[in-house]
Amino acid sequence: MTYIPHSPNERDAMLAAIGVKSLGDLFNDIPAGHRFPKLDLPPALTEMEAAAELGGLSIGNDNVRTDLVSFLGAGAYNHYIPAAVDHILRRGEFYTAYTPYQPEISQGTLQAIFEYQSLICGLTGMEVSNASHYDGATAVAEAANMAYAQFRGKRNKVVISPTVHPQYRETMRTYVQGMGLELAGDDSKVNLDASPDALESLIDENTALVIVQYPDFFGRIYDFSRLIELAHGKGAMVCVAANPTALGLFKTPGEMGADIVVGEGQPLGIPLSFGGPYLGFFTTRKQYIHKLAGRLVGETVDNRGQRAFVLTLTAREQHIKRERAISNICSNQGLLALAAAVYLSLLGQTGLRQVAELCYHKAHYAAEKINQVKGYSICFDTPFFHEFSVCCPKPVAEINDHLLEHSFLGGYDLGLDYPSLKDHMLIAVTEMNTKDEIDALVDLLAKVNHD
Amino acid sequence: MTEPTIYELSSPGRTGVTFPAPDVPRNKLPENLLRKDLPLPELAEADVVRHYVNLSKYNYSVDGGFYPLGSCTMKYNPKINEDTARLPGFAFTHPLQPIETVQGNLVLMYTLQEWLKEISGFAALTLQPAAGAHGELTGVLIMRAYHKDRGDTKRVKMLIPDSAHGTNPATSAMSGLVVVQVPSDSRGNVDLGALKAACDDTTVGLMLTNPNTLGLFEENLEQVIKIVHDCGGLVYGDGANLNALLGILRPGDMGIDVMHYNLHKTFSTPHGGGGPGSGPVGVSKNLADFLPGPLVGIIEEGADGEPPLFGFITPKKTIGRVKSFHGHFGMLVRAYTYIAMHGPDGLREVAEYAVLNANYIQARLKGVYTVPFDRICMHEFVAEGQWADAPGIRALDVAKRLMDYNFHPPTNYFPLIVHEALMIEPTETENKGTLDAFADALIKIAAEAKTTPELLHEAPHKTPFGRMDEVKAARELVMCCWLPEDYR
Amino acid sequence: MNIPSNFKYTKTDEWFDPVTGAMGLSDYAQGQLSDIVFVEIVVGVGETVAPGKAIASVESVKAAAETYASASGKVVAVNEDLSGNPEILNNDPYGKGWMIKVESADASGLMDATAYAKYCEERAH
Repeated sequence: MTYIPHSPNERDAMLAAIGVKSLGDLFNDIPAGHRFPKLDLPPALTEMEAAAELGGLSIGNDNVRTDLVSFLGAGAYNHYIPAAVDHILRRGEFYTAYTPYQPEISQGTLQAIFEYQSLICGLTGMEVSNASHYDGATAVAEAANMAYAQFRGKRNKVVISPTVHPQYRETMRTYVQGMGLELAGDDSKVNLDASPDALESLIDENTALVIVQYPDFFGRIYDFSRLIELAHGKGAMVCVAANPTALGLFKTPGEMGADIVVGEGQPLGIPLSFGGPYLGFFTTRKQYIHKLAGRLVGETVDNRGQRAFVLTLTAREQHIKRERAISNICSNQGLLALAAAVYLSLLGQTGLRQVAELCYHKAHYAAEKINQVKGYSICFDTPFFHEFSVCCPKPVAEINDHLLEHSFLGGYDLGLDYPSLKDHMLIAVTEMNTKDEIDALVDLLAKVNHD
Repeated sequence: MTEPTIYELSSPGRTGVTFPAPDVPRNKLPENLLRKDLPLPELAEADVVRHYVNLSKYNYSVDGGFYPLGSCTMKYNPKINEDTARLPGFAFTHPLQPIETVQGNLVLMYTLQEWLKEISGFAALTLQPAAGAHGELTGVLIMRAYHKDRGDTKRVKMLIPDSAHGTNPATSAMSGLVVVQVPSDSRGNVDLGALKAACDDTTVGLMLTNPNTLGLFEENLEQVIKIVHDCGGLVYGDGANLNALLGILRPGDMGIDVMHYNLHKTFSTPHGGGGPGSGPVGVSKNLADFLPGPLVGIIEEGADGEPPLFGFITPKKTIGRVKSFHGHFGMLVRAYTYIAMHGPDGLREVAEYAVLNANYIQARLKGVYTVPFDRICMHEFVAEGQWADAPGIRALDVAKRLMDYNFHPPTNYFPLIVHEALMIEPTETENKGTLDAFADALIKIAAEAKTTPELLHEAPHKTPFGRMDEVKAARELVMCCWLPEDYR
Repeated sequence: MNIPSNFKYTKTDEWFDPVTGAMGLSDYAQGQLSDIVFVEIVVGVGETVAPGKAIASVESVKAAAETYASASGKVVAVNEDLSGNPEILNNDPYGKGWMIKVESADASGLMDATAYAKYCEERAH
């Protein structure tokens, strides 16, 4: 089935108007030897058949709502998505709209993004937000881009804590290939118990940016105020990659003095969806706004005196600056920024704090109980939010296989990324986990140790 | 009548979606690490829904009307795609789940890899990049890595036609390369003489959009590719205009070494008001080892008629991952659904009718609008929004007046090589009636330009909002709305 | 269009005042860019500039351009007022819109006002 509406008569009338005899005549410019290839693809399906095929594929998975009880986080979290979010996202006026380059007929998108920018600034304690990047990992890479541009290439070192998400660091390594940046601190073999201040030894007069994560990959909460002061003392900027749910409870990186606060916005009303599409939020201080990449929505008036919104400072972007642009980024995660705005508006001050507290209390309850099980111990002694690292008596893969047999999805195997953390499991607990589920997890973990 | 902001609608004490009290004992909170206030608005659910519904009414959308935006391919977004992407088996799978628990996802991704390779003639493919520009960065980094791997460190220049989209030079600069612009000839093709002169052993390659941003098929495509290959360079194909080539020509067959796809253009995934997109990248055999990992592959053949086990494979000389997790899986489900429903014949029809529709509008506008390149176009064409006998009228005015006829304007001021450019791409999902109404409106506007130009200069008149004060927006930056002070 | 007779000009629309050593962008340039919203001077006092070296990055509502040094010399002053008030470049490009001042300037190869006026006129067609 296709979505092509033409009747044969209409097609023929159009061909006549153009002055050609057949559709094939429109392709005389195509090299004859390679024209009209036979594509080896399955024959077309009707909608009904496609629905059945996709349904069949989807059932070939175990999902965390109906098949598995999940304690897996590591950068993507199973949070409750209020029903109203998807109802708004499903409105054709939002999801089938284009980028708001014609503001007169795009005020829906523009105002929604303006509100998203405001909400994210409120959440992070920063002064200005852009309309989003692809995800948390690329937002971190763009922070490095921005710092490099801010120093006009005179500083080319970026210091990154090894406790930043391994995939974010990997993405940074890919991006810096072409950027002429030196990456320091990206070493998973260092002492992971050291406080963030230990990064000080790597920060020098050539450092453009220092990057840390909040909570860090192991779920630990640190106050970065002192580190930020140290970095500023050397003239370097600091970027904090923050979890937005944690910001419902904890001190903002803005308050600590961060220059850039980015993060993964998936927890804000966006389904897990096997890893994407997600939402990279990006905020900074007003003084850096001209070095900010990505779309920006600003407030103005129209020629009838009405308050309105428009894409602004567009001359920063690639379609104008071309090779002198700070970044090549063209799009944003439009519909997902809308999802985050709707989520934050639906929850508001009260709701988001409730979610954050539920995550906190349930995670701490789980940690305490697991710590009491023979063979298991909580290995870090720092305040944490909703994830924590457990030292296990057996390889994580073995434990997780056992959990899976009982339809439980265990935590992340930290040994995959950190040699010193073999047999360490990163467990995440959200508001979606009930006390009964946590108690059952604890029982299963105990059973594994007996077998 | 404007809609207040979410903060202006906020009222202290209102609650929206709330959550249960903890079913576990409360743990002590670390007081010194807590935030003092949380400046988010307070509204009831009905207030929030009403607010966003009211905002949506101010949006033009494909579901509401025609969007002839050149190079954006604003085709109809099938509703079945929205349903399949939301199936719980897809929507609620975590990217780091054991592969045995997500074989459905992996089969979908593997199959889509194979289908996209087949459609454009490439040997290997990654689904990881998040958007077209992201795909470009991936592709250019692969080109760079390929040369470095051969020990060829002299190559630092990327050749880019003057008609190229801004992302092409921006991507090259981000990859540490020097941009060298190559001019177009009088027929809108890459100037062969200039290209030959620019190609040498310092050339990484050429970034080519074909059909180009004028909607014209590169007439000397084989020669262009040969010239670049002969000097040891690679050819990057910007796949933004792939809608004209489905089932018509496979870029890989012509020697294109690396190409990005735009699933949100060619393969109907919705534009979402600016995103999310998805930008898979296909490569020829000699670049396969450099793709970002992980890719989806068969890691265990099935025994005795059992299905194989699918998993993740990291290419030997990978440039590394370009984002977290596996890519925009939700968009991959939509593209898979679209390709499955079209089949090979349907995809060819997409290209045929996209090109038919563009040529039809071009024919209807003949004599009324100047089309700088008088050729059969492909899926889009460029017309000039100016007339000698309508002094002071520019493409911008024509674009704004179109809104009064209930059409979204075409792309304007791109490509840069045509003055007062209006780039028109109807796509294949528009019927003849819509195309005629659009052409009629443009012809009326051309007449208005000469008789009543002020109608154009002050347009739009019939939309809820008029032209914006963009100077004020840029000089008096207001990027956020805030809760009033007394809330904190 | 304003072209002070005592200044010198480049093909890339920068002016140079041989008396004060000041330079900036011409009235023609600011007209082409139209409403300027951001200016960043990218050289500092003590640095040496020469034609071809960018001295400023300018962004307007719809365009972006680099401003290049019109003469060679050592930078002795940078206009700090521009970053907070970019509209000065539109309103007073030759006066308050000066970007940098250089000493020991070598201003060879520049057009005089008459030649520059002719050059601008030719480009309009």
